[in-house]
Amino acid sequence: MTRETPPAGHKLNETEWLNLRALADVIVPPSAQYNVPGAGDEAIAKTIISDAGHGDKLPRLISGLEALESMAQAEHGGSFAAMDEDGRERVALAFRAAHPAIAALAEQLVTQCYYRDDRVVLSLGMELRPPMPDGYAVDEGDWSLLDQVRRRAPLHRAVD
Amino acid sequence: MSEETVDVLIIGAGASGAAMAWSLADTKMHIVCLEQGGLMNPLAYPSTGRDWEARTQSDFATNPNVRGLPTDYPINEDDSPIKVANFNGVGGGTVLYAGHFPRFHPSDFRVKSLDGVADDWPIDYNQLAPYYAENEKMTGVAGMNGDPAYPSDNAQRLPPLPLGQSGKVLAEGFNKLGWHWWPSDTAIITEDYDGRAGCINLGACGAGCAQGAKGSADVTYWPHAQRAGVDLRTRCRVREITVGDDGMATGANYVNGKGEEKSIAAHVVIVACNGIGTPRLLLNSKSPQHPDGLANSSGLVGKNLMFHPYAWIQGIFEEPTDGHAGPHKLMRSQEFYETDESRGYKRGYTLEIQRGMPPVRTAHTGLRHGRIPWGKGHHDAFRKMYGHATGMVAVCEDLPEEHNRVTIDPVLKDSDGIPAPKITYTLSENSLRMMEHGVARATEILKAGGAVDVLSETPIAYGGWHLMGTARMGTDPSRSVVNEWGRAHDCKNLFIIDGSIFVTSAGLNPTNTIQALALHVADQMKQRLANATLFD
Repeated sequence: MTRETPPAGHKLNETEWLNLRALADVIVPPSAQYNVPGAGDEAIAKTIISDAGHGDKLPRLISGLEALESMAQAEHGGSFAAMDEDGRERVALAFRAAHPAIAALAEQLVTQCYYRDDRVVLSLGMELRPPMPDGYAVDEGDWSLLDQVRRRAPLHRAVD
Repeated sequence: MSEETVDVLIIGAGASGAAMAWSLADTKMHIVCLEQGGLMNPLAYPSTGRDWEARTQSDFATNPNVRGLPTDYPINEDDSPIKVANFNGVGGGTVLYAGHFPRFHPSDFRVKSLDGVADDWPIDYNQLAPYYAENEKMTGVAGMNGDPAYPSDNAQRLPPLPLGQSGKVLAEGFNKLGWHWWPSDTAIITEDYDGRAGCINLGACGAGCAQGAKGSADVTYWPHAQRAGVDLRTRCRVREITVGDDGMATGANYVNGKGEEKSIAAHVVIVACNGIGTPRLLLNSKSPQHPDGLANSSGLVGKNLMFHPYAWIQGIFEEPTDGHAGPHKLMRSQEFYETDESRGYKRGYTLEIQRGMPPVRTAHTGLRHGRIPWGKGHHDAFRKMYGHATGMVAVCEDLPEEHNRVTIDPVLKDSDGIPAPKITYTLSENSLRMMEHGVARATEILKAGGAVDVLSETPIAYGGWHLMGTARMGTDPSRSVVNEWGRAHDCKNLFIIDGSIFVTSAGLNPTNTIQALALHVADQMKQRLANATLFD
């Protein structure tokens, strides 16, 4: 991982920024098979910070990153982001078990940013556009499937 | 404070307030509606942007505490396993609803007589039937006539929503088991209707319909009501309903969008703030004449809060499903709707089919349910789920219990300093058994349709979409808040017309019934205005 500085205007320090990217890469790692980046990709991580700006998500996320760093320090005496791949995965999974609510927030933020990244969307065979204004085609389907239900006696209950 | 006098003041511009405003407009009375939220702008709805799924977790979240907009009020939900879903703006909760639009069954109005639980309604299906029809005509409803789960209604329905790939696998599952299913009655127009363009399968129904195909009240009733002269005022949050020495309502005090305290006088006050907002307003409207809150001599304002406990059941198929495309709703099953005591509970539920899941929801769902891992294996697991999931929810009838309630939180306030509501709610044993039954039957259906894996969750924590029962109707003033035509027993010029007046919840979505009730009350008011008996 490169050591770019965190984006201007956010409230993470450098350690938290690197740990966020490392954690995001554990949640959704890069894949050569599908030709997609990991969620710790710089552009995706910046989107995560931006999306976390709603409500109290960013301070909760930062508190989670602090807890993650403490766990890493306790395990190997260094930063989470500096651990090798196996170590990061081990500590991240322990973090998920110990802090399920914050881990769930991290999952939500990571997935909502990752799965709208152009590279990921294209890898899924989707078009790079919002639903509106073109919408989508959906098969009408075979309404003859309903024929056996049409033949049923009334189900509703008599009243009075 | 400035003051003006109007004939009718409606508080709340959601489903019921909109229907009432439209119906009363032909009286040519001076009608003002105060709405705490703003007018919706479909061009700014999430589906117009690539981040549309993310916005369902921020400014278009269904939970007001998550959304946290200036137009929202906070709700203390700490003592409830089900969290509230609502929206504060013109159209109210219909802006975010999925549009499932069934009628109640005739049996839903007679639960005490038929099953010995809760209470019968003071009105019946036949009384509401013409208002259901009127409401469906105003809204535009897709569906199909002939459902054996209902009495014949000969309603005007637009062509049904497409079955799609999801409908195919689910219909096959139902058919193998010989169980009922039918195209949903859905407030989504499948062809151009009343100046609105038909559905184009955006798949983002729950975040506002940018196409205008979904029948939210801001695009159905409000344009007609405003053209007929109703004065709709947004960003006006009512602090309290005022009363005179005789205990009759005199109007309301409110805060406008500039933070200015205002008053408005009215000959008739109609409350349309739904099952949380209505009791909050009544309980905040204490006076010497109504020391326990307005219209609360029964002590029942805020009590008998009913949600619909939802069970969520999703199947993963090898066959493709509709993924992110298409309206969420397409079919329903009422095989288990009517009481069968051999099942171990009273009353029943609707299985409401959900079409598929877009990418973010797929990933998040898979992660939460342990089907998609962190790290290695994420991408393969995601691709097995995405575009291969479909399922349903069981919308379970919630029986009224007085300990489930809305009160005023002693500390929490909204941004205008108005005390906020607190909800206290527990799931009943009946509801738990019903959800368990729903999960088991839905699992059978999904497996019969070819599901290779089934996920479930009970209850859906953020599934408090339906807010009912907190100002119930009835003929006995000691056991109800309003009478059979919505007038408060304690205050003869105060009417309540939203989900709070429900006696029971039925096992299906309430919006069609909320609006039919509003139209029923409006008609009753107009008849009594004509013969000068409205306040008798």
